[in-house]
Amino acid sequence: MIKGNFIDNLPRVYGIYTGGFLGFIIIMAIGEQMGMTAKTIGICFVAFTVAIYAIIGYLSRTAQADAYYVAGRQVPTVFNGMATAADWMSGASFVAMAGGIYFKGYGYMALLVGWTGGYVLVASLLAPYLRKFGCYTVPDFIGTRYGGNLTRFLAVVVLTVASFTYVTAQINATGTIASVALDIPFQYAVYVGLISILLCSMLGGMRGVTWTQVAQYIVLIIAYLLPVFWISNKIGAGFFPHFMLADEVARIGELEQQFGFVKNAAADLKTVPKGLAGITKAHSAVNATPWGFISLALAMMMGTASLPHVMMRYFTTPSVKAARKSVGWSLFFIFLLYSSAPMLATLSKLSLMDPNLSTGIIGKSIADVQAIDWYQNWNQANLMFVSDFNGNGTLELNEFFMGGKAVVLATPEIAGLPYVISGLVAAGGMAAAMSTADGLILAIANAISHDVYYKIIDPKAETAKRLLVARVLLVVIGFAGATIAAMEIQGILGSVIWAFDFAMSGLFFPLVLGVWWKRANKEGAIAGMALGLISGMGYLIWVRSGGSGFLGITQLTFGIFGSAVSLVSMVVVSLITSEPSAATQRMVDEVRVPSGKSILGKQH
Amino acid sequence: MSKQAQHWEKTRGLLMMTLAIWFVFSIGIFLFGAEMNEVTGPFGYPLTYWFTCQGSLGIFVILIFWFANRQEKIDEEFGFSERGDD
Repeated sequence: MIKGNFIDNLPRVYGIYTGGFLGFIIIMAIGEQMGMTAKTIGICFVAFTVAIYAIIGYLSRTAQADAYYVAGRQVPTVFNGMATAADWMSGASFVAMAGGIYFKGYGYMALLVGWTGGYVLVASLLAPYLRKFGCYTVPDFIGTRYGGNLTRFLAVVVLTVASFTYVTAQINATGTIASVALDIPFQYAVYVGLISILLCSMLGGMRGVTWTQVAQYIVLIIAYLLPVFWISNKIGAGFFPHFMLADEVARIGELEQQFGFVKNAAADLKTVPKGLAGITKAHSAVNATPWGFISLALAMMMGTASLPHVMMRYFTTPSVKAARKSVGWSLFFIFLLYSSAPMLATLSKLSLMDPNLSTGIIGKSIADVQAIDWYQNWNQANLMFVSDFNGNGTLELNEFFMGGKAVVLATPEIAGLPYVISGLVAAGGMAAAMSTADGLILAIANAISHDVYYKIIDPKAETAKRLLVARVLLVVIGFAGATIAAMEIQGILGSVIWAFDFAMSGLFFPLVLGVWWKRANKEGAIAGMALGLISGMGYLIWVRSGGSGFLGITQLTFGIFGSAVSLVSMVVVSLITSEPSAATQRMVDEVRVPSGKSILGKQH
Repeated sequence: MSKQAQHWEKTRGLLMMTLAIWFVFSIGIFLFGAEMNEVTGPFGYPLTYWFTCQGSLGIFVILIFWFANRQEKIDEEFGFSERGDD
C-alpha cells in the first residue's frame, strides 16, 4: 500500500489514519447502541488513541543527532503546521478556553487575540532567521550569536523556568483526563499520563514528537469541531455556527437583561464548591478597560514569540522559505480551534439559559434541576452546583455554578448528544495535553543535553552518549514535572499564562535583537536575560504577596515589566561595552540572507 | 550600497509594514473596543466581539501568508532565494 519514502507518502499515511479514526468513532457509536457502557467507551477512546501514538513513537526511533533534535529537517510545511498547532494548543486551550470565554467574556478574549497575534511576530521577527542559523535549540542560537558559555547557560535557565511552569500544567491536565476516563485516582493518573507522554518522545526525540503531534492534531480538531457543529445543528442555531450565531449572541444579551446579574452575598458564595463560578459578566459586551485588554494580549503575543518549544518546531523545516510558510499554516490550524471556542461558549450558555430550549435550566424549579441525570453526574464530578439562595424554589441565574472545564466536557451531554461524543472529547483533551507536554519536556531535555552537557561540560561526547543523556534527562524532567503536578499547586490556566510571562521577560529581546540589532553584544544579552527574568519574577512575587503593582500590570502580565527591564538593560549595557567582533557581525549578516549554508553545520 | 544591504533594507521595510498591520488589529482597534461594539459587524455580530472571535485571528493568518510571499519576492529579486522545493 505504501511505497517509497515516508515523507513523500505523508498525505496518504495521515489520510488513512484519519479514516481509521473516523471508523473507530463509528464503531464506538454502534457499540453504544448495542449497550456498551459509558465507562467502557471512555476507556476505549483514550487507550486506542494513546496506543496509536505509542506505535508512531516507536516507529520513529532514531540514533542520529539531527533526527533526534530537529527531525532531520525534512518536515513539510503543512505537516509542520499541524504539529505546531498540536504542540501549541495545550490542555488549557482545549479544555479551559471555552470555559474562560463563557465566564469572563471580553476580558478573557484578549488571550485569543494574543495567542494568535504572537505568530505574526514569530513569522516576521524570528522563525526564518533562527532556521537559517541551523541551531538545534533556542539556547544554541543565543550561545553562538553572543558567544560564551554564560549566555548559553542563562538562556537554558530562562527556557527551563518558563517551560517547566508550563509542563506541570500539561501533565496535570493529562492526569485529570486519564483519571476521569480510566476511573483511577488522580495521583496515579498523573503517572499514567506521563508514561504515555514519554512513549511518544523517548525513542525518536523530535522526529517521534513531530509525527505523533500531527496524529494528535487530527484527533483533537475532530474532537473539538464535531460537537460544536452537532450541537449548533441540534438546537437549530445554524448548520455553520461560526457565521450564524449572531441571533444567539443577541438572545443571550436579552436573557441577561431579563434575569439580571444579581450579586451574591459573601456568606452564600462560601457554600459553593471551590473552583466553580457563576455567570456574572455579559457575554458579548466590552467588560474590560482598553489597557486591561491590550496589556494581556501584548504579554501573550511577546510570550508566544519567546517560547522555545514553539520556536524549535520551525528548526525542522527543509528551508527558510518553508519555515515562514509553515508559521502561516500553524496559525491556520490553530485558528480552526480558536475561532470555534467562542461558538461553543455561546451554544453552551444558550442551552443552559434559554427557557425556550428543552435543555434550559434557569427559571426551572430547583428540585427539577437536581433531578436531571446530567446535573447529578457533573455535580458528583464537582463541576456543577445549584443552590436556592433566595429560597423561592426557582433556579435564578446567580444560583447556578459551573467549573470552567464543564463547558467543553459537559455541553455535549447537556445538549443530549450520545456518550460517544464525550469519549471523543476526552481523547481530544488527552491529545492536546500530551502533545504540548511532549514538546515542552523535549525542549527542556534537549536544551540541557545539547547546550549544557554537550556544549559546556563534555564537547567531545559521542553521538550515542549525547542521545543517551538526552533520553535520561527526558525521563527525569518528566518525573519531576509529574511529581509537582500531583501536588496540584496552581490551576491549569494560571501556570500557563505565567510561562508566557517568564519566557518574554528573559528571552524576547535577546532573541529579537540578536537578529535585528548588530550592535547587541554578549554583555548586553547577559544583562537582558538575567535582569529581565529576575525583575519579572520579582514583580510576580511582589504582587502575589499583596503588592499593589503599578501601571495596571497584574500577576498575569508581569512579563511586560520584565521585558521592559530586559530591553533597557540590554541596550544600555551593549552600548557602554565594546561592539561585537567582526566575525560575529559577519555572522549576523549571513543570518539575514536566506540562501547559502546555515551558520551551524548539519551535525554539531 | 551592496546587494546585501539593499536586500536588508527592503526586508526591514516589509517588517515595518507587517508590524504596522499587526499593531492595528492586535492593539489599535481595542483602544476603541467599547465604541466599536455598538456597531454591527460581519455576520451580524457586534463588531468588537467579532474581531475577538474571528476577525483579528483570521487577519493574522492572512497577514502571515502575505508576508511570506512578499519576503520570497524580495529574496528572489536579489537572488537570495533557496533552491529546491518546500
